[in-house]
Amino acid sequence: MKKVLIFLCFLISATIYSQEYFPKNSGVKTPKNSTIALINAKIYVTPTQVITNGTLLIKDGKVSDVGTNIAIPKNAKIVDVKQKSIYPSFIDIYSSFGLKKPKRAENKSNLPQYDASRKGYYWNDHIRPETNPISLFNFDNDKAKELLKAGFGVVNTHLQDGIVRGNGILVALNPNASNAYRIIDTKSAQYLSFKKSVQSRQVYPSSLMGAMALLRQMYFDADWYAKGFAKNIDLSLEALNKNKSLTQIFDAGSKQNALRADKIGDQFGIQYTIVGGGDEYENISDIKNTNATFIIPINFRKAYDVSNPYMASLIDLSDMRKWNQEPSNPAVLYKNGVPFSLTTHTLKSVSDFNKNLRKAIKYGLDKTAALEALTTVPAKILGESDKIGTLEKGKYANFLITSGAIFEPTTIIYENWVQGSKNVIHNMHAINIAGNYTLPYNNTNYNLAISENNGKLSGSIKKDDKKVKATISFKNNWANITLQNSKDSTAFVRFIGKATPDYKHISGLATDGLGNEFKWVATKNSTAALKKSEKKKQQTDTPYIVPVTYPNIGFGFSEKPHQETILIKNATVWTSEKEGVLYNTDVLLKNGKIAKIGKNIKNRNAKIIDGTGKHLTAGIIDEHSHIATVAVNEVGHNSSAEVTIEDVVNPDDIKIYRSLAGGVTSIQILHGSANPIGGRSALVKLKWGESAKNMRYSNSPKFIKFALGENVKQSNWGPSNKTRFPQTRMGVEQVYMDYFQRAKEYDNLKKSGKPYRKDVELETLAEIINKERFITCHSYVQSEINMLMKVAEKFNFNINTFTHILEGYKLADKMKKHGVGASTFSDWWAYKYEVNDAIPYNAAILHNYGITVAINSDDAEMQRRLNQEAAKSMKYGGVSAIDAWNFVTINPAKLLHIDQRVGSIKVGKDADVVLWSDNPLSVYSKAEKTIIDGIVYFDIERDLALRKSIKDERNKLINMMLNEKASGKPVQAPKKKATQYFHCDTVVNF
Amino acid sequence: MKKSYIYNFVFLFFIGTCFAQQTPAPKQTTGYSIEGATAHLGNGKVIENALIMFSEGKITFVGSAENKIARIGKTIQAKGKHVYPGFIVTNSSLGLGEIDAVRATLDYDEVGKMLPHIRSLIAYNPESRVVESMRPNGVLIGQITPRGGTISGSSSIVQFDAWNWEDAAIKADDGIHLNWPNSITYGRFWLGEDPTIKPNKEYAKNVEKITSFFLDGKRYLKTNHLAKNIPFEALKGVFDGRKKLYIHASGATEITDAVNFIKEVGVEKMVIIHGDEAYKVADLLAENKIPVILNRAHRLPNNNDDDYDSPYKSAKILTDKGIMVAIGMEGSMERMSARNLPFYAGTYAAYGLGKEEALKLITSNAAKILGVDNRLGTLEVGKDATLFISEGDALDMKTNVLTDAFIQGRKISLETHQTALWKRYSNKYSSQ
Repeated sequence: MKKVLIFLCFLISATIYSQEYFPKNSGVKTPKNSTIALINAKIYVTPTQVITNGTLLIKDGKVSDVGTNIAIPKNAKIVDVKQKSIYPSFIDIYSSFGLKKPKRAENKSNLPQYDASRKGYYWNDHIRPETNPISLFNFDNDKAKELLKAGFGVVNTHLQDGIVRGNGILVALNPNASNAYRIIDTKSAQYLSFKKSVQSRQVYPSSLMGAMALLRQMYFDADWYAKGFAKNIDLSLEALNKNKSLTQIFDAGSKQNALRADKIGDQFGIQYTIVGGGDEYENISDIKNTNATFIIPINFRKAYDVSNPYMASLIDLSDMRKWNQEPSNPAVLYKNGVPFSLTTHTLKSVSDFNKNLRKAIKYGLDKTAALEALTTVPAKILGESDKIGTLEKGKYANFLITSGAIFEPTTIIYENWVQGSKNVIHNMHAINIAGNYTLPYNNTNYNLAISENNGKLSGSIKKDDKKVKATISFKNNWANITLQNSKDSTAFVRFIGKATPDYKHISGLATDGLGNEFKWVATKNSTAALKKSEKKKQQTDTPYIVPVTYPNIGFGFSEKPHQETILIKNATVWTSEKEGVLYNTDVLLKNGKIAKIGKNIKNRNAKIIDGTGKHLTAGIIDEHSHIATVAVNEVGHNSSAEVTIEDVVNPDDIKIYRSLAGGVTSIQILHGSANPIGGRSALVKLKWGESAKNMRYSNSPKFIKFALGENVKQSNWGPSNKTRFPQTRMGVEQVYMDYFQRAKEYDNLKKSGKPYRKDVELETLAEIINKERFITCHSYVQSEINMLMKVAEKFNFNINTFTHILEGYKLADKMKKHGVGASTFSDWWAYKYEVNDAIPYNAAILHNYGITVAINSDDAEMQRRLNQEAAKSMKYGGVSAIDAWNFVTINPAKLLHIDQRVGSIKVGKDADVVLWSDNPLSVYSKAEKTIIDGIVYFDIERDLALRKSIKDERNKLINMMLNEKASGKPVQAPKKKATQYFHCDTVVNF
Repeated sequence: MKKSYIYNFVFLFFIGTCFAQQTPAPKQTTGYSIEGATAHLGNGKVIENALIMFSEGKITFVGSAENKIARIGKTIQAKGKHVYPGFIVTNSSLGLGEIDAVRATLDYDEVGKMLPHIRSLIAYNPESRVVESMRPNGVLIGQITPRGGTISGSSSIVQFDAWNWEDAAIKADDGIHLNWPNSITYGRFWLGEDPTIKPNKEYAKNVEKITSFFLDGKRYLKTNHLAKNIPFEALKGVFDGRKKLYIHASGATEITDAVNFIKEVGVEKMVIIHGDEAYKVADLLAENKIPVILNRAHRLPNNNDDDYDSPYKSAKILTDKGIMVAIGMEGSMERMSARNLPFYAGTYAAYGLGKEEALKLITSNAAKILGVDNRLGTLEVGKDATLFISEGDALDMKTNVLTDAFIQGRKISLETHQTALWKRYSNKYSSQ
């Protein structure tokens, strides 16, 4: 049916652009004379090659020649464009032009859909490389008009739906041609994103890390399929393999996702072209290191309405800053040599494009670079430089005729030619009629002044230097004047007339109030009538841009702190080693390591910190954290071993800073507890201001989160979540048995040397069996804890850590025998049925039995005062102060297998230490300095300075925004992103 | 048939496992003298080497142990230890819910919007395991408060060692709780809404609804009615000053509107609960002598740009402005976390308030705000002998270790379901 429609569509427009070999039944064939010569123009053949007084010769929709000394064929139609400029028209490389948004799949059953809807395609509905929008394309005349008006000649469009979206099509915005002619390329590129398709409700992937894992598995599967090993037909993988040679465009939408996409690309030898988010300037060096070409939207936010101070306090400094900094993004990309193209993508209205582009130029974007970003760069990205992007010989005659330099605020686009076919935006001849005329009528000489602005004409009439009431309009060189009699307001004279071809006169007929008709002629005296807009002084002031900080939010560093040699003198040192607490002791930190511990240490180069009356400890380590990540759970499958939190670490989380202020230096960011087999962990140091990559431990021990109990059996998920296996603790055991058995078989096959389908999930589980990866398992009641130890023993490995482990105290003997550690809450209970028997004495009992015990948080609030949570072990069960302190330092380090590097104050270990105002276990104690690798990341004095600078900067930006509002510019209501605080059971809307 | 079998089974299971509660202590018959401790009176004063005596449920002596007067009853030598008045948790739903994830155990949120007639007291479960876990930390008194709706209902003050809710009650129906509308809205992302926080267009309308409800009630109460309007009848106390109106509001806009509201409708006594932004309108609150019940100190700042310690120092800021402050418990895991009340005070102490001033938040200030200061809140002669002895500083988790606790002179058990399990399993391993 769709094909028929397209055929019809072709037929209708075929009358204009008829293909030479098509039969014609409506008359005789009438070949057109299609050679056109535009002469006397300033021609930008390319953004850098300019010809003055040049000729552009067009034949059959293409540039047949361009230059200064060009022989114009005799039959050519000549258009004189004196004093005007010709530019290659723009290309919007990232568009959904002519393609309707697909309908969201309905969910009739209200049950979650775990399996794919389609057969014969990939197992995941969100992988749709087979999508070819050619059959869905419908040239959108209205949208084309808007784009033509903004200067675009070609759009590259695709169906923006799904994680893999199939190919796009390259379309000339030629309303006068048929699709057969204006579609330049039917397979222009392949598109990818992290966003799911709306055409399916398949749950997986439910998270960003799931989407990333899915892409990786897809590439492995495509390789397996290409080698002919698959037993089934998979049209998705077939299409993916066929599209391999196309440019791969990845819609990342933010700087962080750009880095994530690039990481996947690197793994598979694919250099994606990345659609950015406009925030690339915040981490420009990482962005540059991707080596990607970017496609950059220029959707700059409006200023916030900050007139109500209570409401203004809602707005984050980071958002205020974005308003101020975003327009500089293209300039920053340009100055750092990052190749990029610009797009209208994410703009509400295409008409904002040029306005925003001019703003970007005002904020420092080079004009030539801007033109390249709209012409040669997109052409190059698509591999279409031989067809579009410049006005060199042989390319499509896609160009703009403008009144002057293209990005000047006063410049008008007169015409936008696409494939040699003219589209008038503003009448370029209108200016010809402008001038001062003498209009004699009824024995009086009236002065008629006609001026032009942006291609629009306006007029006024004076008599003896006094303005006369009149309405004047112009159309196609016709003038229409209605004159009102000054004495008799009900008497009108209507003039209608047309400019003579030499534009020296306007002549026509006038009709007075009585119906009498007169001939009239107005004669031009001067061509004065300067365009109003040119009179305006151009604004030359460079805008004030607040500096970027690391990270670019409140409490970010304007300059990243650096490693120092630090000597802490005369402190009470909690070593977390067998030495216990040392009094009046000095500690020297050098080259990021603990260099010396002792009395009277001297070092000339060191910065001295007086530790008198203060306590120095190793940095706190949280075994169980969910801060600094954008995802927690991948709930699409009951096992998600293929996902990793390392993919989704968020270094811009203010909770990092707050945890530093609580003396925390290292955390394990864990997957949530939605599945029996969760995802892999990220082990990071809280290096505020660094990238996600730099926060991660090098050669990090490998961990994976498992979970038991109510969360994995979805007990508290409501009535619609009763279909996923397992729903009981009995089922949980069999999930493990099944996956480990399959992982074992997989590993055997892999080791046998026979071909095997690479499966990231089973590979991860095989690492566990091979003792290369450790399990930390979310656990509550004794039965299931016991069960998991038995499952592990069957497969001959050990569980490393039970995390939460609230009924661990009931199994201390069995845990000791198995050799597992415990990372528990200090006193949480009663929030679920399974924590009814959770007791705050748990840590003490397990510790007394000889199990390595850590106190963890699972909570952004608790994480920043884990010292107090450790102290509760003294109250509940009488643990000694030193042992309690070990619960948050050396013990979690041991559980995480990083105790060779951190967790205690010992010569040679990383200089991760905290200086406290008081006994660190006391509620009255404050972290004064938190140091990681010898770098002071938190300093209570510097914090005060940061508070002040935040206040000052907010005030400054608020004043700028008030000024924006006062000057009549549009503003938006105050708002901010809601902060989500993650726990084990958090499912983020993805 | 099969179903009822299961229900019976579940019922028996609960009976079987829920009977671990501590038996309430009998009425005080012998006097007690606590000698040698550091007494923190709760009014800012400290007596070193103190002597505190009580009999028949009331404190009979508070002074120095150097006083050569006769010790009454049983003497407790408490040298090196600390004595405190029983801690009071305000705005708490203790006893109205047991296990968060088990709906059948939750009784704090009734259907409807304007529910001044709903009374928390009758649903208060004195045998709750969560309630008994308060006592080993010194939290002995609570204001039991319903949740939800615009007007949630009436709270009551109870003590935590009782056979039933009548025994427990110290002051029934002390006030009505009004959840003030929010001037900003939170996009419900789980419903596909834009997850941003922005001004609430419905705010003025929502405030108007409350104003007209109170004005309608006031007009109704001017005359006698044959057909009674129960919600309006319940409002009576807030107009004649017998009951306080507890207005739960956080923002500066909301608090300002609430203060104007009580003037407009003629409510006598008002308390602000939450008051996250009370510091912005502190002068208004001080001028009108409106106390603030702050949330627990252990929370995160509301805005990304806020100082990391902004919640910790909030009590100090308000106290300096002359506002009376107490600590309430509302929000995530509020019931089980109420035992950390002393440590919230400890944190407020660390961030500017000092120990004795911070102690007031959970003793004398709380008693005054709840209107029970004639009986509770300080160690003073004539007041209830509701107090405890701790090994060390009770506001610090490492030293909050109770040795004895009394409610109305009755020496209460400090055992709980949790200590029982602790002992049971410790014994198991020590005998291995």
